[in-house]
Amino acid sequence: MTDSAPAIELKGISKAFGPVQANRDISIRVMPGTIHGIIGENGAGKSTLMSILYGFYAADAGEIFVKGRRTEIPDSQAAIAAGIGMVFQHFKLVQNFTVLENVILGAEDGALLKPSLAKARGVLKRLAEEYELHVDPDTQVQHLSVGHQQRVEILKALYRQADILILDEPTGVLTPAEADHLFRILDNLRAEGKTIILITHKLREIMEITDTVSVMRRGEMTATVKTAETSPEQLAELMVGRKVLLRVDKAPARPAATLLEVENLHLVDAQGVERLRGISFGLRAGEVLGIAGVAGNGQSELLEVLGGYAEATGTVRVNGREIPLSGAGCDGMARRAAGIGHVPEDRQREGLIMPYTAWENSVFGYHRDPRYQKGALMDQAAIREDAAGKMERFDVRPPNPNLAARNFSGGNQQKIVLAREIERNPDVLLVGQPTRGVDIGAIEFIHKQIVALRDAGKAILLVSVELDEIFALSDRIAVMFDGRIMGIREAAETDQRELGLLMAGITEDPGGDAIAAIDAAMAEKERREASHG
Amino acid sequence: MDFATLLQVLDSTVRLATPLLLACLAGLFSERSGIFDIGLEGKMLVAAFFSAAIAAATGSVWLGLLAGIAASLVLSGIHGLASITFRGNQLISGVAINFLAAGLSVLIAQDWFGQGGRTPSLVGGGRWDNITLPLAETLSGVPVIGPIYAELISGHSILVYVAFLMVPLTWWILFRTRFGLRLRAVGEAPEAVDTAGVSVVGLRYAAVGICGLLCGLAGSYLATGLQAGFVKDMTAGRGYIALAALIFAKWRPWHALGACLLFGLLQAVALRYQNIDLGGLTIPVQVMDALPYILTVVILAGFVGKAIPPRAGGEPYVKER
Repeated sequence: MTDSAPAIELKGISKAFGPVQANRDISIRVMPGTIHGIIGENGAGKSTLMSILYGFYAADAGEIFVKGRRTEIPDSQAAIAAGIGMVFQHFKLVQNFTVLENVILGAEDGALLKPSLAKARGVLKRLAEEYELHVDPDTQVQHLSVGHQQRVEILKALYRQADILILDEPTGVLTPAEADHLFRILDNLRAEGKTIILITHKLREIMEITDTVSVMRRGEMTATVKTAETSPEQLAELMVGRKVLLRVDKAPARPAATLLEVENLHLVDAQGVERLRGISFGLRAGEVLGIAGVAGNGQSELLEVLGGYAEATGTVRVNGREIPLSGAGCDGMARRAAGIGHVPEDRQREGLIMPYTAWENSVFGYHRDPRYQKGALMDQAAIREDAAGKMERFDVRPPNPNLAARNFSGGNQQKIVLAREIERNPDVLLVGQPTRGVDIGAIEFIHKQIVALRDAGKAILLVSVELDEIFALSDRIAVMFDGRIMGIREAAETDQRELGLLMAGITEDPGGDAIAAIDAAMAEKERREASHG
Repeated sequence: MDFATLLQVLDSTVRLATPLLLACLAGLFSERSGIFDIGLEGKMLVAAFFSAAIAAATGSVWLGLLAGIAASLVLSGIHGLASITFRGNQLISGVAINFLAAGLSVLIAQDWFGQGGRTPSLVGGGRWDNITLPLAETLSGVPVIGPIYAELISGHSILVYVAFLMVPLTWWILFRTRFGLRLRAVGEAPEAVDTAGVSVVGLRYAAVGICGLLCGLAGSYLATGLQAGFVKDMTAGRGYIALAALIFAKWRPWHALGACLLFGLLQAVALRYQNIDLGGLTIPVQVMDALPYILTVVILAGFVGKAIPPRAGGEPYVKER
């Protein structure tokens, strides 16, 4: 294999967006018939590089060679012609088209659709059998589960006879079982001689499936190594530029009294879809309860209800006192007064006001505290000083309270929110997706803070779609599916497989054929939602 | 109401529905591609004026038609430039086009003809002849079917037949051809079209061009078919009614036909029965004239159920990072 020409070779690719150098002098060789991982933190330039390869951007400098031949890729058409297919993180599908229509779009054989559709039907059947890429050709894409939509994207590329496939963060929206299936498909593709470039920030995936891995940091390619000859620790170090602790060190939990009791929570959204369907659980002092689940199964709504900005029915008690779930007294400020701190899932929309400064953001929700008041006015000097202290203790960089929130990186924005909520010493802390879009170095810090708060005897409700994060932090794990809690397990007594099945709504292990059971469960859920929609 | 009256009302319905139908299908092409177009009114108006003006000057209704289409295409081009190339706001561009058309048509009419912003009345070759379909004379004696064929189906100008044939043609283009597939895709998910290597800009200009062509036909028919010459603001809100019909039809060609016939019927009834006497209570003519417009408001206010517009409609396409 080593003496054949690389499937893709990039030489000295550079690309700047204004003052930001997204890619600097990048060279990489991707050998045919391999799975080549590209790993790096958010903003490291992975997506930019792939966009150049797919003709979305023109590189400022550098050359692209496809199968040994120098190739200009000014647009997607040229990339497709060169045999490159791309599966984007956010699918590029027409929702109200059938699978067949999506597959032939842009690759029709003539002015009339009929022959193209007939031909595609045959090709799809063959591809489905060859690569385990089964999907009903006549279903509208909007009625497919996310995993199936992704298969349509792969089918689109294969239908255009791509032999080089780029996948951008393909597992972000999948259940563990769906991800396993995807990896089986990728395995099959590799066995057929296809070349795959896998972009991800998940070390586990890189170790599991790739042959070679390239690491990007701040727009540069810092290393390319054989996967078999490296370790997650070494890759993390290459990504961040320093040693990183991947495992969270924590002592066993010592749970005490129940601080938060939730009983029979129901929520129907504006479209009439029931998003919460009888949620009940208890959360004790000194423990982290992780809520696992694929995004969109009611986790966000649960956080919104507990955080006081969505109305629901049911009972919620904090420290034994019932709190209102609708009407007066149901708002974020009241919740904070009741002892519930909240680090929302979407920090840019719910956690911060991006154009406001760090010091203004550091007191939202608590700004009526007498410490921050001077008569009817805000005591700016006091708030600034307070903010500077928080930023120092939470290692926010740069530690400048006068900077607008949008000027901080994702990790540092998250630290500003965390500092605001944690330093108020809440009894209960709601944490949603604490490390989404946060780089590895900051993840380590944020995880430590959450564990420290637990050890200080606080109750923590953690919602995350990253199963690794759930396992790393939680003492108990609840799995949500379709607005219900499918089960609560001790973290030490469960595993990825069991949780993966629960995430698809399957409470009894179906044995070998887990994938089919999951497919059926997901399809059922999609149908229920579509019937409202 | 006797059979002959009913036929007359329906006959008039067909003629009044024709400009609505052409404009509605014009809007359908544009909006299906993701470009909202409230400038249908303006495009019809300039087409009406230039058709009448050139027909009056040359005595040829065909040259008039070409001039009308050309004028409408120019405005389409402006709308395309503003909303596709420069990614401007499509509503504002449409409003501007309507203002421009209302002012420009009267101004030029006054400058050219000096008759207070109207064109001279068209005679002879300046107007469309009515086409008598084969066997219309022979069959007219047959009861029921005969008069329907001779009065209702036969005896319209060519643009009426073009308009009604455009309905199956539009359906066929949209749902049976490659162009139609791409057109529908670009209005729903332009990013899917873009990543498939098809030009979003090209498709949208094509759609806006077809829209201009059909608006040209609609306007031309108003001034040289339905009436004999151009008068100020002669479109009288038909562009907006066509838009309401388009929403009513949920952007589907056959439903558009139904919606336009309904509006046409209301206009025909209003024309025929100026005052309706309901045993003591007389409904004044103004109410009848207002009926199509009242229905428009009702439809636009969403009383006819949920109408989901093309998902990417109104949004300029910007490649994301």
